[in-house]
Amino acid sequence: MSSTPRRDSVRNRRLLERAFVALCLLAVLLPLGLLALLIGRVLVDAGGRLSWGFLTSYPSRRAAQAGILPGLVGSLYLTGLTATIALPLGVGAAVYLEEYGRRGRLAHLIEINIANLAGVPSIIYGLLGLELFVRTVGMERSLLAGACTMALLILPIVIMASREALRTVPDTLRESAFALGGSHWQVVRQVVLPLAFPGILTGSILAVSRAIGEAAPLIVVGALTYIAFLPRGINSPFTVLPIQIFNWVSRPQEAFMVNAAAGIVVLLLTLLLLNGLAIYLRNRMQKRRYW
Amino acid sequence: MLTERVRSVTPAPPHRGSAIRDVPLPDTAHDPVTFSVQRLSAWFGQQQVLRDVSIEIPGRQVTAIIGPSGCGKSTFIRCLNRMHELVPAARRSGRVLLEGEDIHARTVDPVLLRRRVGMVFQKPNPFPTMSIRDNVLAGLRLTRQLRRSKADAVVERALRQAALWEEVSDRLAQPGIGLSGGQQQRLCIARSLAVEPDVLLMDEPCSALDPIATARIEDLIHALRDEYTIVIVTHNMQQAARVSQRTVFLLMGELVEHGETDQLFTAPRDRRTEDYITGKFG
Repeated sequence: MSSTPRRDSVRNRRLLERAFVALCLLAVLLPLGLLALLIGRVLVDAGGRLSWGFLTSYPSRRAAQAGILPGLVGSLYLTGLTATIALPLGVGAAVYLEEYGRRGRLAHLIEINIANLAGVPSIIYGLLGLELFVRTVGMERSLLAGACTMALLILPIVIMASREALRTVPDTLRESAFALGGSHWQVVRQVVLPLAFPGILTGSILAVSRAIGEAAPLIVVGALTYIAFLPRGINSPFTVLPIQIFNWVSRPQEAFMVNAAAGIVVLLLTLLLLNGLAIYLRNRMQKRRYW
Repeated sequence: MLTERVRSVTPAPPHRGSAIRDVPLPDTAHDPVTFSVQRLSAWFGQQQVLRDVSIEIPGRQVTAIIGPSGCGKSTFIRCLNRMHELVPAARRSGRVLLEGEDIHARTVDPVLLRRRVGMVFQKPNPFPTMSIRDNVLAGLRLTRQLRRSKADAVVERALRQAALWEEVSDRLAQPGIGLSGGQQQRLCIARSLAVEPDVLLMDEPCSALDPIATARIEDLIHALRDEYTIVIVTHNMQQAARVSQRTVFLLMGELVEHGETDQLFTAPRDRRTEDYITGKFG
């Protein structure tokens, strides 16, 4: 028979419980508060500059007339192109590694390497892109070279997220599909992928979001900062929102700071819009799932 | 109740068109020997889970595989439709003949084999992304396109065979996952029957179900016996006695005894069988 716990030990436990909850709450509120502060500050700074004209104008020496159009369009193109390159490659690699590849020392080595690649600083990818795509392959400082570099950058994230999603599909379902006489490809295509799809998409959305915000690799690859035209095709020079913002921030004149703030707001909104769209599409597809 | 006596089993008649045609056919018509397992051993990595099992499994009857946990029951039936080889590091030796043909022969496509030898698993597991109707059609859809009218007929036939049609006919478009556990298992049986197999392997199909759902599955097994060869793994000896005509007792990967269910349960020849069925171990 165990003795009943003493009263103060119960009280201690309750106190501990409360302290823990408070700590967790703090951990939620602190970053949220900082983020709100940051966004609020940027919104205040951006104040008057946010207008239709700002979205549809080209950069200019005069801060009041400068706009963000090439950066915005460049970012949209680059994101689309990056996703087109990285997602099929990444999901394909994940499907191979999870569903077909043998589990062995080599697979383990590959897995560790992919995880490491996800942690490599983006500037390194920029240098790789410069050497590989811009110089060796001869893509010049083009949208395509930028997108290829960005695709390299997000590939490890896409692969890891997709593998994780594929692992959540129970083996019993694979077995059932095999037992019904499905070939390997049929099992993957009709049973495994539909189940893993939302997870794969979630990871992909995160990865592509990262590509939207990155500036460092593109500076190296040569996304020019003063561009008075829109990209005409994938071989065209281009710029993107973060680089335009970076450019404005580095100017001495106060007025360009306002532009930079407005640019940040546009970047955030673009990110929000693209993510929202992706999540909307995912949820629509998910409606066909029944758990 | 086991009212009907099982005719004695003869060795496998040679498969028509196979190389071993010289062997004279038995003069009396017997049930076809569907499986002939010869010296089957199986391993997971270094661990041997089946040792030299040789046995004949007759057609159009229910054969129950009993034995304590870890005795190789599941591995045994997973060798019959080549599911065993899907597990990494799994190995096998010995032969399994399906109507005289070696299922592990190089020329045999495991995918086609599995369409002839269906399997129902321990836990009901309808495909979560699919409706009741699509679950039934899953096996067919995996392999080919179906016309709608044909598909409707397949769905109704399979669900009727699985004694589920009355309960779900008005909600075929609803998720298979939304059914009760017992209904889900019958849906899985319907899914297996829809591809029109010759053999149905069942790996403890009732172990996740309540007694009422179990009774329904057992009734279903009785009804299916006339058309299919059924091999059922069960840890429940009463169930083996209720549903099967023949029983196989495995222990530590070895075949201890097999024979007609009545005989094996009432007059076991081996001491270990007797100990097991009387509950002295296991």
